[in-house]
Amino acid sequence: MIALFLILIPLVTGLLAFFFREEKMARGWALLSAIGTLTVSVLGLTVLKAPANLRFTGEWMGNLGSSFSIGLDGMGQLLCLLNAVAYVIILLATWNSSYRKANNFFGLLLLAQAGMMGVFLAMDALLFYFSWELALIPVYFLCSQWGGDRRIPVTFKFFVYTFLGSLLMLTGILFVYSHTQSFSMEAFYNSNLPNDQQAWVFWLFFIAFAVKMPVFPFHTWQPDTYEQSPTAVTMVLSGIMVKMGVFAVLRWLLPVLPVASYSWGDLVSTLSVTGMLYASLIAMRQDDIKRLVAYSSIAHIGLMSLAIFSESQMSIQGVMIQMFSHGINIIGLWIVVELIERQFGTRKMSELGGLAQKAPAMAIFFVLIAFANIALPLTNAFIGEFLMFSGIYNSQVTQYNVILTVLALVCIILAAVYTLNMIRKVFFGDAQILTAKAVDLRSSETLALGILAILILWSGIYPQPLLDLTSNITDAILNKADVMHLIKK
Amino acid sequence: MNALIISAVFGVIMMFSGILLKNKGSIRAVAIAGVLLLLAANIAEMCSGPLFHIPVEGMLRFERFSLFFNNIVFVCTLVYFLLTARDMEKVGADYAEYFALIFFILAGTVMVASFTSLLILFLGIEIISIPLYILTGSDKKNLRSNEASLKYFLMGAFSTGLMLMGIALIYGSTGTFNTTLMSIGTKTPDLPAVAGMLLLLFSMSFKVSAAPFHFWTPDVYDGAPTVFTSIMATIVKVSVFIGFIRLFQDAFGHLHNTWQLWVAVVAALTLLIGNITAVFQQSVKRMLAYSSISQAGFMLLALFAMNSNAKEGILLYSLAYSLASIAIFAVLVRMADYSFEGFNGLARQQPLVAAVTTICILSLAGIPLTAGFISKFYMLSAVMLTGKYLWLVIFAVVMAAVSAYYYFRVIQAMYFKDGNATIEAGTGFKVLLVVVAVLIILVGTFPSSILYWLYF
Repeated sequence: MIALFLILIPLVTGLLAFFFREEKMARGWALLSAIGTLTVSVLGLTVLKAPANLRFTGEWMGNLGSSFSIGLDGMGQLLCLLNAVAYVIILLATWNSSYRKANNFFGLLLLAQAGMMGVFLAMDALLFYFSWELALIPVYFLCSQWGGDRRIPVTFKFFVYTFLGSLLMLTGILFVYSHTQSFSMEAFYNSNLPNDQQAWVFWLFFIAFAVKMPVFPFHTWQPDTYEQSPTAVTMVLSGIMVKMGVFAVLRWLLPVLPVASYSWGDLVSTLSVTGMLYASLIAMRQDDIKRLVAYSSIAHIGLMSLAIFSESQMSIQGVMIQMFSHGINIIGLWIVVELIERQFGTRKMSELGGLAQKAPAMAIFFVLIAFANIALPLTNAFIGEFLMFSGIYNSQVTQYNVILTVLALVCIILAAVYTLNMIRKVFFGDAQILTAKAVDLRSSETLALGILAILILWSGIYPQPLLDLTSNITDAILNKADVMHLIKK
Repeated sequence: MNALIISAVFGVIMMFSGILLKNKGSIRAVAIAGVLLLLAANIAEMCSGPLFHIPVEGMLRFERFSLFFNNIVFVCTLVYFLLTARDMEKVGADYAEYFALIFFILAGTVMVASFTSLLILFLGIEIISIPLYILTGSDKKNLRSNEASLKYFLMGAFSTGLMLMGIALIYGSTGTFNTTLMSIGTKTPDLPAVAGMLLLLFSMSFKVSAAPFHFWTPDVYDGAPTVFTSIMATIVKVSVFIGFIRLFQDAFGHLHNTWQLWVAVVAALTLLIGNITAVFQQSVKRMLAYSSISQAGFMLLALFAMNSNAKEGILLYSLAYSLASIAIFAVLVRMADYSFEGFNGLARQQPLVAAVTTICILSLAGIPLTAGFISKFYMLSAVMLTGKYLWLVIFAVVMAAVSAYYYFRVIQAMYFKDGNATIEAGTGFKVLLVVVAVLIILVGTFPSSILYWLYF
């Protein structure tokens, strides 16, 4: 039942939100819905975690071999929690932003949440595909309607990229289906396609996921879209939606096409590392904070993709935890970026400076989040990145593990360089003309950033619950993805 | 059988209603009543057999599939009448005759959907085409309408010639017109029959505007009065498709391997030309003309695959494509400006109309939860299940992504650009549009509830 409610709450409240006339009402309704979803998600983690509560199967498109089958496993729990927490934080942080036709805005935002929940919960390939697309459509409308000046072409590029990707994925799903005659996850996991077929079906799936993540060279939509979208949507995109790609690789690629994932692994890892280096170098040269964060996100996602294809227990578990942490951290960064942009009307670092004196609370939160972004110990990202790095270094499936680790570590150093540089330019130094009249955080923003800070420190200091949550599913995935026994023969 | 007789009779009734009834509203009411009667009679035939027992000498076969397809056609016609019948008044003075011609077209579609003799196929196609030539040219004072009509007539006559030649060759080779008795391909393939098959393939491709026989389509669709483009691009096109599929299944089923590659090439070419050309259009009407070519490319995949998924899929596709297109055309008819810019800001003036148009466009583009997705899905899975020509599937999805490009331009214009486009829309019109949108989503979410009627 928990699983069903996680989809139904945002779906139904989202549809109802269109009928609110007043902005305040719509906003309150959205927050109420987000809190409701979060409550259900937390209940699923604690009181109602019996397996019977976490699964739901309904009759749907039975003649095609599909069913409305949803369920929560450790990875799903974590991402649904991220989705639920993120929405509360996003709505709180953007409480004071005003939107034209706010009812439509919040309605679409909640529908996007329902779509993403569907992606994280789906235990059926067709249902997964439906949700995957349904998460995209509201976001397309959100970005195109409420975004910046160049929103229409930029968002459209984003849409066409992802739409093409998902159609290719549909072809891949159909191909596996033509062998299994069923869309259920078990059938897909046991499809055992011949190696030569896996080799090219892999790309049908992977392009869709790589566009979403995004992995170099499929990333070109991302910085523009992040820059042009309204901030609440940018948070949804970078905090939750890109995780759909990472999640999908873990759930639908590695276990379904293990041999291809192994044989293409080195190529994908190379692409990931290239993307990391490339994005880090570009991030260093950015003057616009929003673009800087966008590129830093590409670098982080590249690391996750690299870790996935290292296929070791540690790296995969690290990816799962890092998905959660990265979602939290990047939303935090966007909140501060949004605050700065709204106050000063600019995002250029060269025009900012000395904010720490005027707005100390903002500075404290920002520095904390920035530390988390570069994975300092005691912050949440350290856990994930540490696990990923040790997993990559000890990887059994690649012989380039040392060089990959070294190159990825270089990117972490670069991340520290550009992040700290940003802090220095924005918060320290002399106050500029623009920043002289800065005001500090308002209560809703303090609340949002406070929740974030607690999450960052809590999962950084005491990560055991996250590790417990993800260990079983990691084993299950690796068990399916393990091709070592095939190679030894 | 019921539908065939009633539609022919109603064609005559409508002709006389023009003399007897002076009020346009009552003419319209008679026409709508006629379609309702057709629908009821057809459903009655599905449930309890025909009302009329006329010996057809095995030239027609009213099986579940064709009766079901008739239902789809009648539902679409009903929607079409309800949404656009009022706008036909603007075309010219012969209001009742337009309805009469449409009823004759319906008689033709019933024949094409149920033929077992090549002669009936030929008759059906001609009964569909001749009223269409007239409807295309019905805007008599407009040069472009005249040009379209003439072009359509000349091209249509030419392709009919090809078809007759093909039928003659096949008759010469097999000694029968009956498609089920021909069994071409069971013995050693004989040249005249295969040549006849190719001629039929070409002429039918012509009628469904498949590339490279599509050149008449954009001009004719663009030149014809928009109300009639709507019926031409939807109901007529899908009916001819059903005839196409019946023909190739019954008569040339044994040669499936021979013509499969031909159909694959035609389908790929149709998808390519339809989609790529549509991208460059500046007028929504012309864009829809090209998009109808590209949708035909998708429907050709059913012909290519010819398995049970394909047959279910083509029915869903007919319904999904026709409903969405009829609704979009109904909105387009009322627009002052047919260019993309003409749609700028429609969402602000008419939010409901814009929302329904968006759902229809999403359906045409094949976004999940709409009927358009599920029908495309059936097509792709049908091809996938043949296990051959996988490049065709990948090519088709790439082209589907291209199609999103031009379809979404309309959405962008309506929602994201500033302008004062507006249309006259009464409450009845809006309610109907919403019904269409709900239908599209219901079919998209629960396709089995529709397909259920195909078997029980």
